[in-house]
Amino acid sequence: MARVEDKSAWKGVWVFAEQRQGELNSVAIELLGEGKKLADDIGTELCAVVIGENVGDIATELGKYGADKVYVADAPILKNYTTDAYTQVICDAIDKYQPEIILLGATHIGRDLGPRVAKRTTTGLTADCTHLDFDTDKYMGYLSTVTTAKPPQARVDANKDNLKMTRPAFGGNLMATIICPAYRPQMATVRPGVMDKAVRDDSHSAEIINLDVNVTDADVRTKVIEIVKSATEMVSLTDAEIIVSGGAGLGSADGFKLMQEFADVVGGVVGASRAAVDSGWIDHSHQVGQTGTTVKPKIYFACGISGAIQHLAGMQNSDIIVAINKNEIAPIFEVADYGIVGDLYKIVPMLIEEFKAYQAEG
Amino acid sequence: MKILVCAKQVPNTKNVTTDPETGRINREGVESILNPDDANALEAALQIKDKDPDNVHVTVISMGPDQAKDMLIECMAMGADDAILLSDRKFGGSDTWATSNAIAAGMANVDGGFDLIIGGRQAIDGDTAQVGPQIAEKLGIPQVTYAQKIDIDGTKVTVERQLEDGYEKIEVNMPCMITCVKELNTPRYMNVGRIYDAYAHPERITTWTFDDVEIREDETGLKASPTNVFTSFAPAPKGKGVMLEGTDQEMVKTLMSSLKEKHYI
Ligand SMILES: Cc1cc2nc3c(=O)[nH]c(=O)nc-3n(C[C@H](O)[C@H](O)[C@H](O)COP(=O)(O)OP(=O)(O)OC[C@H]3O[C@@H](n4cnc5c(N)ncnc54)[C@H](O)[C@@H]3O)c2cc1C
Ligand SMILES: Nc1ncnc2c1ncn2[C@@H]1O[C@H](COP(=O)(O)O)[C@@H](O)[C@H]1O
Repeated sequence: MARVEDKSAWKGVWVFAEQRQGELNSVAIELLGEGKKLADDIGTELCAVVIGENVGDIATELGKYGADKVYVADAPILKNYTTDAYTQVICDAIDKYQPEIILLGATHIGRDLGPRVAKRTTTGLTADCTHLDFDTDKYMGYLSTVTTAKPPQARVDANKDNLKMTRPAFGGNLMATIICPAYRPQMATVRPGVMDKAVRDDSHSAEIINLDVNVTDADVRTKVIEIVKSATEMVSLTDAEIIVSGGAGLGSADGFKLMQEFADVVGGVVGASRAAVDSGWIDHSHQVGQTGTTVKPKIYFACGISGAIQHLAGMQNSDIIVAINKNEIAPIFEVADYGIVGDLYKIVPMLIEEFKAYQAEG
Repeated sequence: MKILVCAKQVPNTKNVTTDPETGRINREGVESILNPDDANALEAALQIKDKDPDNVHVTVISMGPDQAKDMLIECMAMGADDAILLSDRKFGGSDTWATSNAIAAGMANVDGGFDLIIGGRQAIDGDTAQVGPQIAEKLGIPQVTYAQKIDIDGTKVTVERQLEDGYEKIEVNMPCMITCVKELNTPRYMNVGRIYDAYAHPERITTWTFDDVEIREDETGLKASPTNVFTSFAPAPKGKGVMLEGTDQEMVKTLMSSLKEKHYI
């Protein structure tokens, strides 16, 4: 492994299809969507890897979402995620099948597994990517939309066979494109909620390939005693079409009742800034931003949120941003498609009435 | 028991700005701080030490330039017994793979070994969260990441590992590596007496260079790193939208009709 002399021996785009308790994580569908684009650009196949116990149905499902091949490791010892067992299975598979690219979701599992696999395989890993390109023209096109900076053409040409992995750093103040030119596979964890989901096609199916599971009890040095779901309902911010987010401007925990009422009326989900979470007004699972969830709803209502760069990092790709803020120079207005300077406690109730009236019209 | 804490000195990203033309970080005037998650890691180690001060030894280990000593003094002022700084030009430019090789080599060089390593989940400059697990892999020990609660019973460690929708309880034996999130604890303040003490005893910081630890040139530094920065740039601000005008009621009406017209609702 390690430094690779013959890169052409490494083929295929792999997606780690994370499942928990038999449920496929939605980031897996996003990775298949993105992986398909890359595989088409390279002219290679899209493969999914699923690990667990009784994951046959998931494997079939992955075929419908566009995987050409699904590698399956199915064994009782793999029931719950453990670093040791999953690392072993994936590293054995990498050894055997030599994929060119591996994508994992940047979830609490993906970010535990990815670095361990990359280290054992002796290759690079780019964390928490928000944009991926293989094709050079597409990458240059992307760059021209986000920056005036341009890498020298010679460097671009020299890296036409490398995956260009772009990610935020320095608290979202800087974007960096990372490459892994001399080692294979090229690995990235990808931020959930950023890539477009693969479209389901019931007529598509994958070739299923069973992986060897060379893991014994003694290999697994951590023991999962129990898995506890948080009392507060899991907020599916990443799937929400409309998000109603509240910040420090709410002034108190009570403000979130208004946010919830608004969200209920528009069929949305409640989000929050870190300041609101840190004040203890709402659970961390609602936090949007760099250290919270990245969201991409159709409409994002930012109520009483100033628009700090770390918050913007998690919501600025929303289709439409509506900002309601008392302070006309709040940075949130820089990214807002519609800005309303005003008191959210006056504006939001009016919006609720308008939406109700609109729905009554049918 | 010997605990090693991984701590990194990082620029305070709250104050970081970039030149939109060149994409370079404006480093002037940006203060350096102890990486926030690493303060939680140190606090976790100190809480273990509080329970058995005579038998627990806490050493902070860092890789970075000479100025990282300021941060290490801060760590000792919080309560760490001593510190190791891995500092050499040959370590410079390392990605996470190469950084973890250097730090693991430093750890392997520690007299009498170690029982427990605690690090932060991620450093706020790179935000990778990769160095902890990669140190563990290099040392061949198990890891538990995203720790939000740690209990020690002899050589057994029970950790609550944070998940997006709850947590999992995990048992692991020492030696092991744990990386922690900010929900784990509230780091203590430096103690004035200890600050004084730390400055009075600079010999508590041991500096190791490339030649002091067992590592090869192809394992660390810029050239050995599998990943390279291809280009970096400041993120583009989204195009400016419209500021609505009029009374509250008028603004709300305008918004509604725009959303309808453009079929967003
Ligand atoms: C490493 C790091 C990571 C971070 N990660 C995140 C993250 O993931 N997500 C995140 O959100 N933040 C994050 N932050 C914090 C971020 O920097 C800001 O502190 C936070 O986003 C501010 O939240 P806020 O806008 O609600 O509060 P404030 O900045 O206090 O803004 C409140 C706003 O409400 C307005 N307002 C007040 N009253 C009213 C009213 N009645 N009607 C209308 N408007 C009103 C005010 O004008 C003001 O603009 C992070 C910070 C760091 C350093
Ligand atoms: N240069 C370094 N010196 C010491 N510890 C480090 C260094 N880089 C990273 N770490 C540790 O690894 C964690 C994750 O860092 P990162 O992978 O860079 O996000 C940090 O919170 C530190 O505990």
